[in-house]
Amino acid sequence: MHSNKSVGTKLWATALWVLVGFFVLNLLAMIASVVTSSFATRWLGTWLPAGWTTRWYVFAWNEFQLLDVLLVTFQVVFAVVVLAGLIGVPAAYAMARRDFPGKPVLLVLFLLPLLVPPITYGIPLATVLYQSGAGGTMLGVILANLVPTVPFVILVMIPFIEQIDPRIEAAARVFGAGTFKLFVHVLTPMLLPGVLAALLLVLVRTLAMFELTFLTAGADSQTLVVALYYSVFAAGVRSIQSVDAMAVIYMLTTLFWLLIALRFVSPTQIVSTAKRDTSSHG
Amino acid sequence: MAIHSAPFRELRLDGVRRDFGRLSALKGLSLTIRQGEFIALLGPSGCGKSTALNCLAGLLPITAGSIWLDERRIDVLRPEQRGFGMVFQSYALFPHMTVRRNAGFGLTMRGVPKAEAARRIDEALALVRLGEQAEKLPGQLSGGQQQRVAIARAIVIEPPLILMDEPLSNLDAKLRLEMRTDIRRIHDRLGATTIYVTHDQEEALSLADRIVVMREGDIRQVGTPAELYAQPAHLDVADFMGYRNRLAGRVVETAADRVTIDLGDGALLTGLRCEDLSGTGIIAVRPDDLSPAAAGEPGVDATVRAIEYRGRDFHGLATRPDGLELFFRSDTLLETGSQIRLAADPTRALVFAENRA
Amino acid sequence: MSASARAPGARVGPSKATQRPPLRLRLAARGIDGVTLLVLPALLLIGGLFVYPFAYGLVLSFTPKEGGALANYVRYFSDPFLYDTIWTTLRLAVPVTVLNLLLAIPIAFRVRLMRHQRLLTTILILPITLGTVLVAEGMLFYFGAQGWFNRAIMLLGLSPVPVKLTNNYIGVFLSLLITGFPFTFLLTLSYVTGIDPALEQAAATLGAGPRARFRHVFLPLLAPGLAITFCLSFVQAYSVFPSAVLVGEPSRVTRVISIAAYHAAFEEYDYSMASAIAIIMAVIQLLIVGAILACRQFFYRGPVAGTKG
Repeated sequence: MHSNKSVGTKLWATALWVLVGFFVLNLLAMIASVVTSSFATRWLGTWLPAGWTTRWYVFAWNEFQLLDVLLVTFQVVFAVVVLAGLIGVPAAYAMARRDFPGKPVLLVLFLLPLLVPPITYGIPLATVLYQSGAGGTMLGVILANLVPTVPFVILVMIPFIEQIDPRIEAAARVFGAGTFKLFVHVLTPMLLPGVLAALLLVLVRTLAMFELTFLTAGADSQTLVVALYYSVFAAGVRSIQSVDAMAVIYMLTTLFWLLIALRFVSPTQIVSTAKRDTSSHG
Repeated sequence: MAIHSAPFRELRLDGVRRDFGRLSALKGLSLTIRQGEFIALLGPSGCGKSTALNCLAGLLPITAGSIWLDERRIDVLRPEQRGFGMVFQSYALFPHMTVRRNAGFGLTMRGVPKAEAARRIDEALALVRLGEQAEKLPGQLSGGQQQRVAIARAIVIEPPLILMDEPLSNLDAKLRLEMRTDIRRIHDRLGATTIYVTHDQEEALSLADRIVVMREGDIRQVGTPAELYAQPAHLDVADFMGYRNRLAGRVVETAADRVTIDLGDGALLTGLRCEDLSGTGIIAVRPDDLSPAAAGEPGVDATVRAIEYRGRDFHGLATRPDGLELFFRSDTLLETGSQIRLAADPTRALVFAENRA
Repeated sequence: MSASARAPGARVGPSKATQRPPLRLRLAARGIDGVTLLVLPALLLIGGLFVYPFAYGLVLSFTPKEGGALANYVRYFSDPFLYDTIWTTLRLAVPVTVLNLLLAIPIAFRVRLMRHQRLLTTILILPITLGTVLVAEGMLFYFGAQGWFNRAIMLLGLSPVPVKLTNNYIGVFLSLLITGFPFTFLLTLSYVTGIDPALEQAAATLGAGPRARFRHVFLPLLAPGLAITFCLSFVQAYSVFPSAVLVGEPSRVTRVISIAAYHAAFEEYDYSMASAIAIIMAVIQLLIVGAILACRQFFYRGPVAGTKG
């Protein structure tokens, strides 16, 4: 609405846009500086580097054993995605379609890992994993990453399944479909978009999930983000440009999957799943 | 703040235009409304009636033209400066405030002292018969009750102009009927000026002093309910006034104020000429005015498809081989599939020119 | 059918009618059947990998390497190097969250009126997607003494020397702002857009200007959502870890509680102490979140999409 805004309103609006613009500008510039540095021969004391090269990428690739790290990363991430889907979707179906005693308790239980920060439950979790021998292995990393992702899948899928009219399933049964056929012919096609979206989000989140992997990974089960952390941590020893090259590789990986995910979900959904469910609990 | 709480003499819209990009929702509306009138803006969805109301309220800026309240130009004022009361289609009650606080919101904004505010709120709630629900939240009320709170909220500030945007469209039929009488009663009691948007012609006919029929951003006709009902000046208006049969054909005979149309294959109907015609015209007939012809009378041949008992008589649907549908009335039960010739009362059929864009 | 012989054609006697329905049906009536069991794997996972470690950690924290059951906690609260971490963490988390919220609210109000929000929201989720590690790495360079930011500041004459923005409190604060603001903003935006626009219009026609509309309509309706946003944003900031190390001063000024817990677990190998610190971390978090949510009870928490329309 608002024909004829007052001068005060217009000034205020401008100030806010300046703030937002400032934020976005710095953000993009920050990313750009990392990219620029990774292609620089030398960069000291000037606005732009002295020269350009791609040798840092080759250097980083070898120095940080990026091939192995990438392989590990994708094995972990895809394992987490597949398992989270296999465990989470049926659980979401059961939660959406059945009302059983103790259901509210279960709902809280599934909500907690999303509300408690990873470092808080990560340390006890890592302790348990190390005590049982799974610590430091890829299995341990996968298990640890399942803790926030399975509830995420469940909480994303429950409202999605609730939207599907149960009478459609009843109709399918009336026409002779057993549970398996029901799943294959009716449910899966209807659920597919939601499941796809949820799993893409799991993928992106697991790629960037630092704390859990950091606490449970061994030397040969680090994901890319953890390897990046260590190389930044020890950056005094290594040249900053190779670290930046590694950072760019990480960025490209994450952004690639983010762009794919954005074809199916809106940016807000990546963030607001937890909100929807906390608000529905008054 | 420039609140116009003093009564005015007339509200004038002058060539008001509202564009959304390349789409023109209002194409230059000019209308004068006198104080105390109950005006209905009537039209199908998308005709621009709600847009016009929102422009009047200041919720939408106008692209061209001006709006005047007596000598003051008000289209440059923000909605909070205009002082009109508005009832929204979705009621827009503040969900976190009780009925009393909702109703009194306008008074709170004006800084009216508590004692006087309480008195006026009680009066307004009594007028809409909601006195007992004063402490409830909107979520605890039924649709009809919520609508009455919305009305109370709009009238408690004693505005010179009350704007209503299809307030009854979300209620069931019986409630709608009850609320209709209430709304008119409140208007009369307050001596206010009301502009009421609706797509229901029955509502407009029963409530309004004058009806403004709109279509595609333009005004088609302005008149009293009787004028519009008996003498629609435009095909679109006739459409709204219940002329369900709109049949196109070739002009074969013109005499005085009558004209005869050939619908094809010698099917002839005669009606009153309402516009200048070229070779073709559209004849509009109410179902009540189209009935089986007397022996030898010219008319339209068709096959009966369906017939419905209405208590006093029968309403039926007949079709011609080319697919043309005719809605008619009959005193006797006719068999479906039977052939029939239908004739129109020439004094009650209207002939318009073929639709131009 | 009982095992005793019945004459063929005899009707089933009253004894069958008073028999209880089979267990399967009784369970189904209470909502438990084959489908319900689908929830079991997830339940086992969360139980074993979330609940159990917490319980285990709780017990472990009361069985320290040396001393009585409460030795860990006593040591924590008597060693300034340890208990200062609480203050250090809160000193970062609370101001950042408050600032994020104060910025997010007005900006969300502006953005909800925008028509091409998607571009902006996509750019804003970049920090969230890229993660704290990358943001920290980028910051080290960009906000460093040689980075573009300081160059620009010096070029504009705002400061004669580079401003120290990394490896200190400010560095971590900035990092939390960069990764936290988009999250807070998007959450706030979703709450703000959930309010029926007709409510604002109605308030305007009744004489409420922009500030009155905000005070009487938006704020009361937003308050519960803002409380939740605050809690979620606070929890995120409170659990800061990699940025405290990479762009902060992890041994002194930005030695946050997560660093203390990590240190105990992986550098001193004192899992008992680490668990105790993790428990303390969780409890403090819970207290603050609980306090905010308790205040939330005083506001209207029902649907804000306006009345039945």
